[in-house]
Amino acid sequence: MKEATKIATPLNEEKVIQLKAGDLVNITGYIYAARDAAHKRLFELIQKGQKLSIELKGQIIFYAGPTPTKPGYSCGSVGPTTSYRMDPYTPTLLNKGLKGMIGKGLRSPEVIESMKKNRAVYFGAIGGTAALISKSIRKSEVVAYEDLRAEAIYRFYVKDFLAIVVIDSSGYNLYETEPPKYSK
Amino acid sequence: MREIKASQIIDKVKELFLKANYHIDPDLLKLLQKTLEEETSPIGKYVLKMIIENNKIASREELPICQDTGLAVLFIELGQEVRITDGDFAEAINQGVKEAYQEGYLRKSVVDDPVFERKNTKTNTPAIIYTDIVPGDKIKFLVMPKGFGSENMSTLGMLKPADGPEGIVNFIVETVKKAGPNPCPPTIIGVGIGGTADRAMVIAKKAITRKIGEPNKSEKYAIMEKEILKRINNLGIGPAGLGGNISCLAVHIDYLPTHIAGLPVAVNVCCHAARHAEGIL
Repeated sequence: MKEATKIATPLNEEKVIQLKAGDLVNITGYIYAARDAAHKRLFELIQKGQKLSIELKGQIIFYAGPTPTKPGYSCGSVGPTTSYRMDPYTPTLLNKGLKGMIGKGLRSPEVIESMKKNRAVYFGAIGGTAALISKSIRKSEVVAYEDLRAEAIYRFYVKDFLAIVVIDSSGYNLYETEPPKYSK
Repeated sequence: MREIKASQIIDKVKELFLKANYHIDPDLLKLLQKTLEEETSPIGKYVLKMIIENNKIASREELPICQDTGLAVLFIELGQEVRITDGDFAEAINQGVKEAYQEGYLRKSVVDDPVFERKNTKTNTPAIIYTDIVPGDKIKFLVMPKGFGSENMSTLGMLKPADGPEGIVNFIVETVKKAGPNPCPPTIIGVGIGGTADRAMVIAKKAITRKIGEPNKSEKYAIMEKEILKRINNLGIGPAGLGGNISCLAVHIDYLPTHIAGLPVAVNVCCHAARHAEGIL
């Protein structure tokens, strides 16, 4: 595999369009972690035209809910959850300026269309490597919806967070292009 | 009668859930290392290396292997000569789960009402408990923290007897194909054939915990496991679903007598961590 491309958050259209499916990336900067219940809340607030507790413009959301942090560590184990559950809410968030998502697994055609329209990118992190990923989370804090516990929104400062561009802003999708190369 | 205190059950359940969440099964780790040599896809190799590295870090530092520390599932064999004292059996099990999840920095992933409130119970309880009463004076615990990325990909097929082995194989392969990258491949596939709809799923789940890759005792079923494994790996899904020849690590089938009109086939999908631990009191 090629060496990782370094990227810093927040993202913008210029940075996003340079990322191509199959690129290994190394992310540094602030990202948010949010999953099912938090997405539902964000979506409902946007629909009602109300202000969100986090700014989405240029941001990356990591679909994840960490384990509690062990003393002496900066974050608990944290890896990607399966992304399709966020699909019903995602186009609305992309329309609000969200530029990147980190997760695992398939996305709906509606999400991919919206990613192309809004120039956004979907990164894959490796499911089930949460202890390893936690090493790249240098700071972690709950910034919204603490009542949701495991599903609260976290803000992470990440350094050298490794991910793979799975679906790029042109809609090129590794989940579609790679497996046929190995199928018999 | 042999007396076992509820407090012993609490401690054992706690110990086993911590073990299962931090320490990968050594046989599974060995198998992952072997597949690393067999995988030809560069991304696939990269993913397998990361998985192996993660398992080593988790075990060394006693960190959860995965942030989804699962719904707590227990298969219990309760010896009929055991008398439980100083407490209630199910309460003791749930207390053990609660202590493991609260004291072991494991994520609490249970919501009370599945449809409306979906409020976190904060203890990761209630656990899912299956109890078989067996001869003897011991209690055997098999615990399985089951993550839902893979659980969500599970299927139940109420096939026709006429569908036969070919229909069964096709149904299982189709389930895994549809799941694609979602359940964290390379997967371990538990299959339950026969019984009733509900029983088939229970034995499918338990089959995941069989010694990894050990073939079914029945030669016919062992051949079927081998064929399913081959066909799944031929799909090309690969590690993390990013393409490759290692899509599945093992297919474990269990079966039961069933009704003349039926052929239930349950597929319980599990991620590459297949966390479980066993202990006896």
